[in-house]
Amino acid sequence: MRKTKGIAVVTGILALTTLTQCFTEKQNEGQRLYEANCQSCHMEDGSGLRNLIPPIASADYLQKHREELPCLIRHGLEGPILVNGQEYDRPMSGLETMRTDKITNLLNYIQTNFGNNNERYTLQEVDQLLESCPPHQH
Amino acid sequence: MSNRNKFHFKKSIITAAIALSAGFFYSCSESGARNQSLPILGEREAVEREVNGQLEVDTLYHQVPDFAFVNQDSQRVTQETVSGKIYVTDFFFTSCPSICPKMKSQMLRVYEEFKGNPDVLLLSHSIDPQHDTVAVLKDYADRLGVQSNTWHFLTGEKDSIYDIASKYLVAVQEDGDAAGGGFTHGGHFILVDEQRRIRGVYDGTEEASVDQLLQDIPVLLNEQQHAQN
Ligand code: HEC
Repeated sequence: MRKTKGIAVVTGILALTTLTQCFTEKQNEGQRLYEANCQSCHMEDGSGLRNLIPPIASADYLQKHREELPCLIRHGLEGPILVNGQEYDRPMSGLETMRTDKITNLLNYIQTNFGNNNERYTLQEVDQLLESCPPHQH
Repeated sequence: MSNRNKFHFKKSIITAAIALSAGFFYSCSESGARNQSLPILGEREAVEREVNGQLEVDTLYHQVPDFAFVNQDSQRVTQETVSGKIYVTDFFFTSCPSICPKMKSQMLRVYEEFKGNPDVLLLSHSIDPQHDTVAVLKDYADRLGVQSNTWHFLTGEKDSIYDIASKYLVAVQEDGDAAGGGFTHGGHFILVDEQRRIRGVYDGTEEASVDQLLQDIPVLLNEQQHAQN
């Protein structure tokens, strides 16, 4: 009896560590994807570039347009937008080949970093949102 | 090496030595001021000329040739615009997805530091002049919030731009590679003196390298001031 308890505890701890590891891994994947694909424009600290490139850091856009973001990442964005009261109007190209799970990790990374504390996405949610992207150029 | 050449070679070494030590004493006597100077980059050539029947050797330094481009306010920008000034120059294009925003954020540091000084200019050449028309450059500069009397965004004949890039000792190229936006270029900032000689090359994507540029500009300004007196 005592033995089984011990095993259960050990298994529990093991499961927990794998889980947390999995989480940090995902967190790292989001960060890696940001560094590789977004940082050149939106900057290391997410501050953007004057009125040319909008900020990711503390950007109201991330909350207000939460449901549009998966399509924004995949297909890009064109036309004037408002971020924290400032108008921006330069095209951003999409990452057509980025897989849904990666888009999810990337979005969860920006939604919970750079001073943002927004709701995370599940994979199913991102999948659904991507099903109904508005018409785009590609 | 002929005898005559040897003689001149020796003489020029001595002259150089005197010049160097003079510079050394000169900088020592300048208490408080920076006693450093910037190198003159690029190929140099020794040219002989006759002065009062004597042959003398001059050193010709690499110099950026005359140029003519148009800035974001449709003004012509030529060697006249930079005459009597020092300037920092780079090559970019407005739709560049890779290193340009970073370069521009670093060039903004230079702009903010020296925008009040009429002796310092910034020249950013577009290497995609077909797309980067005056209107596009105007929008870009306005969104960056910078003024054309300090920071000129230049467009013009593509061949002239690519040609002058090589004179600034940087390589730019059209490569049709979509990931880089169709052009390759290094992210260099080049510091040019009043005589259009290259005095420093910096990595415009590296904060530390731009820190160095921010330190070097006053050194060059200081040198030019002394040359005038
Ligand atoms: C080539 C530069 C560039 C790259 C690379 C880039 N963006 Fe953008 N991004 C922009 C521009 C410009 C806009 C504004 C678009 C407009 O005005 O319609 C924008 C808008 C946005 C917005 C909405 C406004 C805001 O800032 O909240 C988000 C979110 C965003 N980008 C996220 C990303 C993410 C995530 C990546 C990496 C996958 C990325 N961007 C890569 C230039 C870029």
